[in-house]
Amino acid sequence: MYRALDIGVAVGGRTLLDGAAVDIRPGHVAVLIGPNGAGKSTLFKVLAGERRPQRGQVTLDGADLAGLKPARLARLRAVLPQSVHVAFPFTVEEVAGIGAAPGRDSAARIRRALARVELANLAGHSYDPLSGGEKQRVQLARALVQLEGGEGPGYLLLDEPTASLDLAQQLLVLRLIRDLAGEGVGVLAVLHDLNLAAMVADEIVALKQGRVAAQGTPADVLTDARIAELYGVSVRIGWAPPTPFLLPQAASRA
Amino acid sequence: MAVSAATELRARRPRRTLLALGLCALLVIVAFLASLAIGPVTIAPGRIVEILAAALRGERASGAALREAVIVLDVRLPRTLLGLLVGGGIALAGAVTQGIFRNPLADPGLIGISNGAALAAAVWIVAGGHLAFYLPPALADAGLPLMAFCGALIATVALYAISTHEGRTSVVTMLFAGIAIAALAAAGTGLTVFVASDQQLRDFTFWSFGSLGGATWQKVAAALPFMLLLAVICTRLARALDAVALGEAEAFHVGIDVQRAKWLAILGIAAGAGASVAVAGVIGFVGLVVPHLIRLMFGPGHRLLLPCAGLLGGALLLGADVVARTIVSPAELPLGVVTAGFGAPFFLWLLLRRRAALMG
Repeated sequence: MYRALDIGVAVGGRTLLDGAAVDIRPGHVAVLIGPNGAGKSTLFKVLAGERRPQRGQVTLDGADLAGLKPARLARLRAVLPQSVHVAFPFTVEEVAGIGAAPGRDSAARIRRALARVELANLAGHSYDPLSGGEKQRVQLARALVQLEGGEGPGYLLLDEPTASLDLAQQLLVLRLIRDLAGEGVGVLAVLHDLNLAAMVADEIVALKQGRVAAQGTPADVLTDARIAELYGVSVRIGWAPPTPFLLPQAASRA
Repeated sequence: MAVSAATELRARRPRRTLLALGLCALLVIVAFLASLAIGPVTIAPGRIVEILAAALRGERASGAALREAVIVLDVRLPRTLLGLLVGGGIALAGAVTQGIFRNPLADPGLIGISNGAALAAAVWIVAGGHLAFYLPPALADAGLPLMAFCGALIATVALYAISTHEGRTSVVTMLFAGIAIAALAAAGTGLTVFVASDQQLRDFTFWSFGSLGGATWQKVAAALPFMLLLAVICTRLARALDAVALGEAEAFHVGIDVQRAKWLAILGIAAGAGASVAVAGVIGFVGLVVPHLIRLMFGPGHRLLLPCAGLLGGALLLGADVVARTIVSPAELPLGVVTAGFGAPFFLWLLLRRRAALMG
């Protein structure tokens, strides 16, 4: 279990997180949602270990995150950041391999990961001229390579993994997330799109003003009243078994 | 189809590494022999190998062979070894600077690090002359490269502190800060020169353009530990620099201790830039052009880039030195004039090429 408890972060007198908490269970997908400025990115950085909270604690399988060396942490969890510019003209497979612990089978792992994000045919191409969506999938492949080289199924943190993807690629990535959970990986994803969140999440954690405003299955969290409270819009949540859905056309600002 | 392409890539990888390292090593051997062979007296490569082999066996030459042996062993060999050390050191320092600043334009010679080293060296020459009197001789000899190392270290740390904010390095800030640091160091050097004696002034002049002219075995020995330090640091840094190319946060995600990598890099850069300035003055463009060439030919992965840059830097600097001491013989051109003469147009050509590529 990857657990953030009672996290408090303030920068320059402004409170970004005030007692936020989230659990990531092996084999489960947790999704962070919430309006802009709710603290999703900050909580994500705290979970990744990039940022030390002033209050609260993050533990990974019982160990305090603050006490783990970067190399050890990297064997337990992989991170997909939002967008990545690579400074030098690396090829796709070189970028995917940057997270690989050096080893005999790293070439095979890189090939497998690129195949999973459907980029095997671009392996030898340069990274820089790729489209935003392709770059994001290369980075996802990099995280998969790192995860596979680590200990156990591990944990995967994804910051807006579908942000610059077209519809087909969004579905590809969502299916991949579900497959990974099926393999025992504990996944946390920050998502803006509530319908995608409803499709992929076992549990949704809704943040507002640095606190957890709601938490539970998609059906529990995505209700008319909750959405109104979180985003200040009034909507009618529909139902497309087994998940709720939301039509932005039917929403209006409250 | 996809599988065969991937297999081919995998098969090509070790071959490419061998090819790259072999080619660079070959260039070093050619440059090494050329540097020993070419000069006012031309000595055949075969003779050079004989003389070196005899020296290694501990035999002393006599008669007619003595003159050639003296030229090779006492005059050209220290200069050649110093050239390899300095060329390799500044190319490596350049590659590490570019890697840690995530920018192919970063070069110790361009962004004030070498100027910081030159200022510290100038201060040592003026003030240290008095100090050296009281110091043990070993420390007095090591004083110049140590001071230059400290000067480079201060300049690098200042540059990094100014241009990096919350883990992000601003390229524009780095280049401007580099210009300012270079100007400040140059002003300081000018001030030092102002209070220098005539003899000290002569010592300074070669710094403005760099030279291997004053090569001695003492200088080789003084530079060697710094370059070894840089080489050892590079072996520990290759994977980190690949990861830092993604960004500092991302490098941390894949398991790099970024703070440690930064300090190692800064230490290595200061050692390479400082020691080379102490023994050969400020030599521009080698640190910029050599890593660029390697990236063009063999890709940007630092596990291959760093050793290749070290080798090619040594070979190219020796080549430039041969040109510098033969083209206007019996006089000698400053080495920095040659490296800038070739390097600057090459660099402009690279920029133009990149511009064309970027504009589609």
